[in-house]
This record gives sequence, structure tokens and C-alpha cells, in this order.
Amino acid sequence: MYWNRKAETLKPGELRRLQGKRLKKVTKYVYRNSGFYKKKFRDLGLKPGDIRGVEDLGRLPFTRKSDLRDNYPYGLFCTGLESIVRVHASSGTTGKPTVVGYTGNDIELWTEVMARSIMATGSTRKDVLHVAYGYGLFTGGLGLHYGGERVGCTVIPASGGNTARHLLLMQDLGSTVLACTPSYAVYLAEYAEKEGIDPREDLRLRVGVFGAEPWSEPMRKRIEDALDLKAYDIYGLSEIVGPGVAQECEEQCGAHIWSDHFLPEIVDPETGEQLGEGEEGELVFTTLTKDGIPLLRYRTGDRTILEYDKCSCGRYHPRMIKVRGRVDDMLIIRGVNVFPSQIEHVLLRIPEVGSHYLLVVEREGPLDVLTVKVEVTEDVISDRVRDLMKLEENIKSSISQALGIKVDVELVEPFTLERSKGKAVRLKDLRE
Amino acid sequence: MIKQLSVFLENEPGRLVKVTRILEDAGIDIRALTVAETADFGILRIIVDDPDKAHGILKENNVAVASDSVLGVEVDDKPGGLRVIAEILAEGEVNIEYVYAFATRSRGKAFIVLRVDDRERAVEVLNSSNIRLVEQNEVSGV
Ligand SMILES: [Zn+2]
Repeated sequence: MYWNRKAETLKPGELRRLQGKRLKKVTKYVYRNSGFYKKKFRDLGLKPGDIRGVEDLGRLPFTRKSDLRDNYPYGLFCTGLESIVRVHASSGTTGKPTVVGYTGNDIELWTEVMARSIMATGSTRKDVLHVAYGYGLFTGGLGLHYGGERVGCTVIPASGGNTARHLLLMQDLGSTVLACTPSYAVYLAEYAEKEGIDPREDLRLRVGVFGAEPWSEPMRKRIEDALDLKAYDIYGLSEIVGPGVAQECEEQCGAHIWSDHFLPEIVDPETGEQLGEGEEGELVFTTLTKDGIPLLRYRTGDRTILEYDKCSCGRYHPRMIKVRGRVDDMLIIRGVNVFPSQIEHVLLRIPEVGSHYLLVVEREGPLDVLTVKVEVTEDVISDRVRDLMKLEENIKSSISQALGIKVDVELVEPFTLERSKGKAVRLKDLRE
Repeated sequence: MIKQLSVFLENEPGRLVKVTRILEDAGIDIRALTVAETADFGILRIIVDDPDKAHGILKENNVAVASDSVLGVEVDDKPGGLRVIAEILAEGEVNIEYVYAFATRSRGKAFIVLRVDDRERAVEVLNSSNIRLVEQNEVSGV
């Protein structure tokens, strides 16, 4: 379903012309309004007029997260605070948060792409949208909230927190759409089962809008089975706008980037060189229509592949083929590149394995050792040790086959790995 | 037939204590227990007076538990008691996967728990040798 049929079904030629026009405009705008970009342009010997269309995108300077941090809090804003109506911030793992600001127009633009995103999942004003993302400085809650209201959904601003209360609200209020992180969806399902709540009988969920962390195709299957809904990937980051930068449609074949507002490219994370269609690399965005804090060629740190062919849903907006993980999530184990998402992919295809796992990397002497901790489910418990040893062996060899490295596997008791209500922690790197 | 509970345990200090305490707090009496282990984990096998209640309580406490049936056999509580059973089964070409014993209050008798590869055949050869099989209700009332 479309929210804005015209914008969502632009043909490739029309889309590229519109992007070119907007790119020229935003280039001039930042040059005029941002000391930061003016200096970058000067250093490169670049004039705003040099950018004549999308083909010149590669000439523009990159922007990095560190630029936002170095110019904390308002240094990259292109407008005075009198025009800023809202601020969001994402917590850095170290030091100061990253602060972003929105003008009234920016909130309008964000609401528009969120409305498109919600309707792309087949949700309409008839739906009851349960927002279990946190409300606050984090963009998740308010992003879904405004988009849901714009579509006309009945929005339940449940926010983060108490799982029993979420289930009670969803049961009593008849929620049909659930928005949260995929790992929290898994936790909700587990909790419901323990409490004897059967999603098929007691809940009316039919759509899940899950994002803010990468998740694999097998994880999607599990969530869909456990909660009896169709699960869709939503992608976004606060630096660009928040959730709603990209959204999966009902075909479930990768999130469509709303590229009339956010112009994507894929670059080599090492060299910064633009990569061709179908190549995997780091996702980079240029915001085409933002006023408060427009960013040129922002390095997201997310690795993906873009597909540009027409989707069966009628949209040409390019699709992100599942984020494979963060560029900085990549582990180098004994010289081999490993993404945690690859391991999840293998693990969740083994039916006996629970949905929770933890990867621990340690150094033993000169060697990196990767241990995969997996929770057993009660279905695999047997009185015979050898049945479980066989399962361990099976996990080990499946991962080794897929990744080309040897790993250790450790079965652990159910509910002993940490559950998260926000982003899941699935990796502990104890090296150095 | 006797009901046996199998519990998954990580090889960490305190895990066995945790499980036995859960049962103790629920007023469940453990009649016999044995642990089979590898470097990383172990399987605790237990015989209790009320297996259904024990199963439920353990599950509620997020313990990974499964239940199944094993053979219970009565033997004389004296040297050679177990050997007699082993010989009967060997002659009947039944393999024993594991065995453990527990004392009873009936004087001079002990119960043993047997897991074999062919249960039907085991019952047949034990019966024909006049070995008494023990049922769950006897365990519950030990
Ligand atoms: Zn589509």
C-alpha cells in the first residue's frame, strides 16, 4: 500500500532528475549556511556550482560520526535554534552523545517517510499500532508515533519497559501492529509463552515493524512463527532522520530507501571509492531535503548491498539487502573476516537452537578463539549426554563450513544469556 | 516403569545446588540422582517422589528439564546383587547404557535404575528370570 503514490512510484529517470535537482540545492544550501561544509569545500577546491547532478555526488566530501562529535552540540546545524523545534540524541558508547536538530519542515519530512513506511507494510488507519520503542532522546518511539498518527492508526505510545504491561495492553487494546527491536520481539514471544499467553488466541498482531539493529532471515521466520505476524525491517539512524530512512514493503525483499529524500551510495569502507551496483560495501547517505542538519555523504558504518531493479510492489526506490552488520562489527578471527550476522544465520537454521546466543572472542596465546554460546531449549534435553554432544558437534561443523574458521561451541542453560529491551548485545570481544 | 527427570547443567559451581534447592523448597524428595558430564556441561538424572510436580516447578524456574521412563529393578542389597541383573541382560543380548542405584527402607533390598537399548526385550528376560520390576508408586512411597 502507498501513502504517497506519486513519490513512491517515481520511475528511475524521474527519480534521478529529482535527486539531481535536490542535490544541487542542498549543496548550495550547506555551502551558504554551514561553516563546517564551507571549509571542507574550500579544502577540496570545490564550488557548489561544480555539482550538476547525481553523477557528481562522488566529488562531495564525506561526513563522519566523528564530525558530529567534534562539533558537539550544534556545530553542524545550518539554522539558528529559533528554527529548531526538536532535538534528538544518540548515546555514544564513549563520551558525548550525537545531537541532531529538526526544523518544522524536517519533522514534516520525517513524518511523511514514516507514514510511507507504515503503509508499506500494509498497515492502515484501521490498525492499532503498539509502539514499544523507547520515547525520548532516542528517535524510535517518536518517529513511529508521528508516522502512525499521520496514517491515522490508533497509536498506543507504550514506550519501553515492563514486558507484562506490554502484553496486557496488547491483549486488552487489540494491538494489530507491533513496533520494537527484533530482539525485544523475541523476548516478548518468550515471555508470552511462559505466561501462557498464546499469540494465536490471545493477541491480534498481524504486522511487526522491527528495526534499530540488524537481524537475519532465520530470525524473521522465528519471530513470525512465535508471534503469528508478518515481520518487516525498518531502517534508520538519527543522523539522517531516525527510523523511516528505509522500509521493507509487503514483498519482504529488502528495505526500500526513500531515495527522493535520502540519496544512497555504496562505498569501499577502506578507500571510500564508490562501488558498482550489486557490490557490498558501506552505506552512505546524502540528505536531500533537510534544513536543520543536512548531511553530505554521511558514512553510516552499515554494510549492505543495494538493488535497483523494480520491486513487485511497484517501487523503484533501491532496496537494501539485509544489513550484514556494522563495518566496525566485523571480526577478524585468525585473519578471516567474520560478521556476527553470518553466525546468526547459521545458528537459527538449526531448529534445536534457541534464539539467544552470545559470541565471545578471546586471545589464547597467539590465537584468536571464537566461542559461540548457545542456549539449549527444553526440546533437546535428553538423559543421554551424547545427544547433546552431537548437537554441539552439529553447530560447530555448520559454522565452520559457512565461515571457514573453527569455533568453540558451548551449550548454556536457558535464560542465562542477557536479554535486552533495546539493542541486543551479542558480541563480547575480550581481546587485547 | 519409573519416571526419570533429566536436567541440563552447565559445569559451573553452584548449578547442582540451585536445582536441588528448588526441589527441596517445593517439598520434593529426591530418591536417587546421578550426573553424567562432559567438559562443558552435565546431565543430572533424578528420581523423585512426585515427578510431575517436580517437572513443573523446575520449568517455572527456567531449568531445562525433560522427563522419560526408565526401568526400575529390585535386587538384593548385598555384594553381587547388580551382577546378577547384568548377567541376565547380557545373556538376553540387551545392552545397558547406564545404571544407578538407590537404597530403600525395605530391609535387604535395593532398587536400581536401568537405561537399556531394548526395553521390551529387557522386561521379557528379567520377567523370565523372576526379577521384580519396580513401579513409580513404589518409588513415591519409599
Ligand atoms: Zn517493494
